Order: sequence, then structure tokens, then C-alpha cells
Amino acid sequence: MATPAIRMFRKIEGLFCVYKPAGVHWKLVRGSIETSLLKGLNATPSQPLPTEVRFLALPVSGAEAPKGLTLSAASMPVLSKHPLVTGPEFQNIKVGVGHRLDASSSGVLVLAVGNGSKALNNLYNTRVTRDYTLEGEFGTATDDFSHTGRIVERSTYGHITKDKLERVLAMLQGANQKSLLLYSNVDMRSQEAYEMAVQGLLGPDGKSLPILTGLRCIHFEPPNFTLEVQCINETQKYLRKVVHEIGLELRSTALCRGVRRTRDGPFTLQDALTRDHWAASDVIQAIGKKRSSKKKSKTQTKDSPLQPSEESTTVNQMKPVREQQ
Amino acid sequence: MASSCTQLCLQGRNLLRSKAVARTWQYNTQVRHCITRGSSKILNDCTINNGNHTTTQTRQRWKQQMFCYSDLATKHLATEALENKNVEETSTADVVAYKSPLLPIRDAVSVPNMPLDLDAAAEVSALELISEEEAVSITVPSDIPPASISLKDYVDKSETLSKLVQLGVDLWKLEQRPNVGSMLLKLDFNTDVAPRLLFLKDIGVDESRFGHIITQNPFVLTENLENLHSRVNFLKSQKFSSEIVASMVSRAPYILNFTVKRLDNRMGFYQQTLKLSASNTRHILARLPRLLCGSLEPVKENLKVCEMELGFKENEIQHIFITVPKVLTANKRKLTQIFDFVHNTMKVPHDLIAKFPQVLNCRFMRIRERHQFLEYLGKAQYNPDLPNYISLERLVIMPNDIFCTELALAKSADFSLFQKTL
Repeated sequence: MATPAIRMFRKIEGLFCVYKPAGVHWKLVRGSIETSLLKGLNATPSQPLPTEVRFLALPVSGAEAPKGLTLSAASMPVLSKHPLVTGPEFQNIKVGVGHRLDASSSGVLVLAVGNGSKALNNLYNTRVTRDYTLEGEFGTATDDFSHTGRIVERSTYGHITKDKLERVLAMLQGANQKSLLLYSNVDMRSQEAYEMAVQGLLGPDGKSLPILTGLRCIHFEPPNFTLEVQCINETQKYLRKVVHEIGLELRSTALCRGVRRTRDGPFTLQDALTRDHWAASDVIQAIGKKRSSKKKSKTQTKDSPLQPSEESTTVNQMKPVREQQ
Repeated sequence: MASSCTQLCLQGRNLLRSKAVARTWQYNTQVRHCITRGSSKILNDCTINNGNHTTTQTRQRWKQQMFCYSDLATKHLATEALENKNVEETSTADVVAYKSPLLPIRDAVSVPNMPLDLDAAAEVSALELISEEEAVSITVPSDIPPASISLKDYVDKSETLSKLVQLGVDLWKLEQRPNVGSMLLKLDFNTDVAPRLLFLKDIGVDESRFGHIITQNPFVLTENLENLHSRVNFLKSQKFSSEIVASMVSRAPYILNFTVKRLDNRMGFYQQTLKLSASNTRHILARLPRLLCGSLEPVKENLKVCEMELGFKENEIQHIFITVPKVLTANKRKLTQIFDFVHNTMKVPHDLIAKFPQVLNCRFMRIRERHQFLEYLGKAQYNPDLPNYISLERLVIMPNDIFCTELALAKSADFSLFQKTL
């Protein structure tokens, strides 16, 4: 018989995403989510204790040997099933993390509870792209490409203009498109390759080097600039290195002040839960919402099979940035 | 039947006897009683005597958490026989007992040199005719395991454990601590637990807190009553009122296990290093009684950090600790992180921080997010002389929705959206 806690657990199993703040290790985020889910689960009303019938003797006065024993039956609760003796119903929950974010980056972090980890594996086996916003600053270069590292070089940046930056970005994008085709394991001269490219299904198969499928500058105010990136198979360190290399290409130096993930596959910033909403009830709501929106989008794509799939490989099909200002 | 040895027949007849037992826990007398009884069918699960036998605890090779029944009176009571054998004393008997529970076993306690005679007939045969009273008094062999890792196998049968559960003691947490489970099983409710609970009630501790106190500090049940009285009297002599003593005991139960000298040393330490008056020291200790229980090294380190690294003056430090004593035991790294952000990024001077020490007790992320939100809105003004001043205290204490509506004059949804842009 399912207790209220188990019924609640069935609702919690699934995928959802949270907003990881910068400066916190992802393991701590996962730990806090696990603690708050456990708190919600163990707060459900507990089952009443089962009772058993025991035979107790009536008290005997004095030390005389009783002639016949009188026993009375009493129904007493079985204390060995009491929650103070057995412990809470749920003591551990398996919470899996999707693509990791390192400590100094922030953004959308996908988590899966219980059975949802299977869905998580399936999600990451398909080619899923991620959206990042990189805040850069010209004029300094550090050893780990971020603003907390040891400064290695300083340079001027007065000569940098927006179109020079755009030119460098276009060149980078071209190089990345080439490697995209290279890693797709399809012969470029075949009809098959053409058809796949038309439908937008051309992309790297399995593990490959990080590839930027989209790159553009959304804000330019020297020395600060902001880039928007879409990529596959990346790490945050690689993205910081990209910023550093852009600085080098512009004959100056640059470092990365912030890496912020705005989208991880189908999970966007809108679905992400902030710190005050990490309680079990909010998580259940978020999972339910995501499931229903997935169902809706599935029925929509079924109706129109000719629409290009999610992974867009050309610049023109880049998703618009969701500005939060 | 040999009068010099007793037979242990593990056929599940449990003799209980709690009142007489409580008085005669010495196993020597038990043996004598058993011998004088002669041909009684004495049954025993291996029992462990309670607290007085500290030597037996150390000699335990298995953690035998067994106990004796304290209900069910039968005719065996009349004979005042005590069959509480301390089985650990008899190594060979133990081994034999557990291997063949149905065979009668000779107890070698009294006569160690007696050879084991396993053929000395099972005097009790299953086909023997017995009287009605005996038939009724045969009890089913209990299924209590001789050793277990969890107390839930024993809680139904043990009076002490059942009463502790009814008081609200978290047995599940206690059984994870080493040796605490065995200790609890060996206690007798009427002689050990009840006097101490009455003592707690006398000092003024609320009955609903008993469960919490015992869960935090189960050793209060084994502490000598005179020591408990002397410690409470010492606290009262230091001019703590009785209600304050009761609240200190219920919030930091380990105080009752510390010697008077240690408590005195600690109070002296706080008074000298913080250079506070006696009444201020009392005030701090009444608010955070666990200062008396924990280690003093982190406190000394925090004092040094405040003085040297953060650069507070002595009177400012005093004020901080009197207002928020928790900063004394705060994490050193967190303290420096918060101070660094508040002083260098928010540009708040020392005296203003000292005036609102709650800011040092808060979560760092919270301060950072709220400050960045106010900065984005252009409202980050912490100087009391200028208009639109926002006090640090209100910044950190208020919950999110009140912060949004009153201080930032924005909606909570906007704050969430802003948090996602950081």
C-alpha cells in the first residue's frame, strides 16, 4: 500500500532545472535540492501504527501463588514501526545532474530525480545544444582566462571597433562550421550529406571537440563586451579560452568575467527555479509543467514533420536571446 | 539433580521478576538462589544486568542486547528465583547455549571445574503431563535476536525503550552512535530514567522537551544524581535564575555532564577575554548556552580574526558579541567573506557594521543578491546621513517578499528574474 510519502515521491520523479548561482559548487546545489526534497517527503503525514493483540496478566497481589492465571487481551500499538524507531521513510534520494557547471559559472542546471535519470541519459545521448552568455573585458590576460586569475599581460584596446570584432567572430564561426562537417562522419560529396544539411541534421556524432554552432556579439562597449554562444560538447573553461583567443585575434587581450548558461537543450531560463523555490512543492510543479509542455510540443511536431529539428547548424536559425532586462 | 550447578534450559520460558530483580542484581546471589531452588526449570534468555555491572560491559565480546521481561507474573515469582545469569562470565556455556538452544546447559559460573554433561537428561520431556497452571504459563519462545544492530527488535519488549519512545526520544538517531543503544537497553526505567526525569522536571524543564534532551545527550541518564544537582546549584549560585537555567539545560543538554570546575573555567574565560561585566557574560550564556559546551579554540580564533584581520576596535567587538553571540562560533572563512563584501564592495564603514552585527550572521549569497538588486535599481545607499538610507539590519533580516515590496519597491517576480541574470 502506498503511503502518502511514496505517492509524493512518484510525483517528484522527473526532470527539472534550477538556476545555479555563481560561486557555488554544483555538488552543493544538488545536496541542497536533495535535502529540501527529503524534508518535503518526510513531512507528509505518517501512517498510523499497526496494533497487535497481547495477553497481559492482571497484577497479582502479594507473593501467593495464584490458583489459576487470568490473562486479559489488550490491543497495543507495535512500537517497532514507530517513525522515531525506524527512522524517516526516505533517507536518500538519487538526484542526478545533467551537464555540469563549474563553480564560477552560473545558469541553468538540469537535475533528475529517481527514474528521471533515464530520461536524462536519453537527452544527453541525442545531440543537444546549449546557450551561453559570455561577459568579456578587453585589456588584460590572465592565466586561467577569468578575472580571478593571475594577470599575465596587459594591453591597449583602443583600436578595437565593433566591426573588427564582428569580423573575428565570423572567422571563428567559419572554422567551427568546418569542424562540424568534419566530425559528422558523412561523406561530403554524397547526396545523403546534402539532404541532411537541408534538414539541418548535420552535426558531430558522439564525442567530439567542443564546437560552437552559433556566435554573435550582443553588447559592445569597450572594454566590456557580451557574446552569445551556442555550442555542443563544451566546457566552461573552453568558452573562457574562446574569449581569450578573440582578444588575441584582435591584437589585444581579453578575459572572461562571467559565463552564464541560458539554455540547456529544451530547458530554458524561464523554467529554472531560483533559490527560494527549491522546496518540494515547487519542484513538483516545475516537473509537471515541463511534462505537459513536452507533450504539447510533441503533438505539434507530429502535425508538421517538415519543420527543421531543434539542433540548428546554420547561423540564420539561431534562437533569439531572451534578454531579462 | 546436581545441586552445585544450575541448568539453563533455553526452551523459552521467561521468568520475569522486576521488583525483586531490581533489588538483587548481584549475580552471586542469583546463583545462590538458583542453587537453593533445586529442581526448578529455570529459564533464561541471556540477560544483561543493568548499570551496576560496569565490568561486564567491558568484557562483552558480543553486543548482546538482551533484557529481561518486566511483565507477566507467574508462579515462579513465588520462589523468588533469579535466573539472571551473566552469560558473559561463562565462555563455554555461551558457545554451547547459542549453538544448541534446546539442550539443557550447565552453568559453569559457580563451579568452573564441573565438566559439561550434555546427557544429563532433558528433565522436561514434551510428552510429560503437566498441570493446567503450568500449561497456561508456558510462553512462546521469544524471537528476540541475541544481538542486533537496531533497537527496533527490542523496543516492543523493553519497558524502558517503549517509555522512551512515548516520551519522544529519537531512538533511530541514538542507535547510530556507538554503544548508546546497548547502554539504553541496560537501563531500568524505574531506577535510572525516572529519577532523572523527575530531576529535570524539578529544575523547571518542560516535559515536552524531555525527548529532545535525551536524544541530544543520552548520557544524562547515566550521570550521577548528586553531580546533576551540584551542577545546577553551581549555575544558580552564579546568579542565573531558575527559568534561565531550565532553558539553558533544555537547549544545551550537555551542560549537565560537565564538571563544575569546567563550567567555572569556561565562564571565567568568556568574562576575561571579552572583558565583559558579569551580567553581560550571563546574558550571552543565557542566549547561547552551547558556548559552555563546545571547544574554546574556534572562539579564540574568531576573536583574533575580528581584531587583526577585520580591524574592529575592542568596544566594537564587545558590542558585536553581546548583540549576536552566534558570531563567536561562526565559520572563520564565511566571516571574512561577508566582511570583505560588505566593507569593500558595499563600502560600509566599520562602525556601521559594528552597529548592525546581524549582517555578519547572514548567508553570504543573500547579501550579495540583494545588494546587487538594489544597485541595479539605484537604491544601494547605506549612509545614514544621506536620504533614502537602507539599514543593514533590514537588508538581511527581512524575508524576500517584504524586502522586495518595502526596501526595493519592486515585485518578487522581478527579483526572481533579476536573480537569473546574475
